[in-house]
Amino acid sequence: MVFKIFLKIFAQPNNCIYICNQSVANYMRRDIYQAIADPTRRAILMLLTVGALTPNAIAEHFDSSRQAVSKHIQILAECGAVDQDQRGREIYYQLNIEKMKEIDRWMEAFRKMWETRFDQLDNLLNDL
Amino acid sequence: MTNKFVFEPDLAAKKIYISREFNASIEKVWRAWTEPDLIEKWIAPKPWTAETKILDFTVGGVWLYAMVGTEGHKHWVYAEFTAIEIGSAISTLGMFCDGDGNPVANGPKSYRDTKFLSIEGNRTKVDSVITFEEESTIQMFVEGGFKEGTTMTLNQLEELLASE
Repeated sequence: MVFKIFLKIFAQPNNCIYICNQSVANYMRRDIYQAIADPTRRAILMLLTVGALTPNAIAEHFDSSRQAVSKHIQILAECGAVDQDQRGREIYYQLNIEKMKEIDRWMEAFRKMWETRFDQLDNLLNDL
Repeated sequence: MTNKFVFEPDLAAKKIYISREFNASIEKVWRAWTEPDLIEKWIAPKPWTAETKILDFTVGGVWLYAMVGTEGHKHWVYAEFTAIEIGSAISTLGMFCDGDGNPVANGPKSYRDTKFLSIEGNRTKVDSVITFEEESTIQMFVEGGFKEGTTMTLNQLEELLASE
């Protein structure tokens, strides 16, 4: 959903790119990239690749306070990187694989730009 | 593929490693990366075109160019040369630009180190490492250069989303 809105913002012709980017940055205050920007959050995501865990089980893997870990889990949930699953009294957190794929898509667009540039450079070098 | 294109993101290290081989002498490749009229011929992915505003190819010098879209709107890309080894290496500091092409002092920054290596058969290998400074990796996607690629592949992405 956020991703689609992001595309819409990008699709608008806009001379004032700074403002455009700022609004994107604000809108995306909680985005998938923020999920992976922090080493503890990356470690939590790695843990969850094995399976769903409760906040307590996650916290056991870290030296930081339970509160600190809980804050990271909250950010991950806000980013959409993890989903909650209520099982009886316990809440389990699991990876949102689809959301993580967004990163790949953005990276692919960046890769594509460089590939195109280099193909154009090949043509230029042939003519030099 | 004979051009050995490599594109390897290391998100944890906030780096992207890009490598490519070209079927031309190192002298020619160097010229294509450093002379404004030649840069303009390849730096903007079609249908974008590039217009150089400033290119002061000295250490501390500024490189400012615009990617111009089909409807005439401009995306500015600003870089400062931090190190130059004639014929073999270029380092730049990239900064975020406002709509008039002025760098934003406290905006996100990126660093690019590019090395040129002559290889067998009159070929040249170019290795680039782009390092992003900001805490959040979202910055790399609003940093100059990415927008263009994004816009270019927008249709593809929309198709992708529509198919889901």
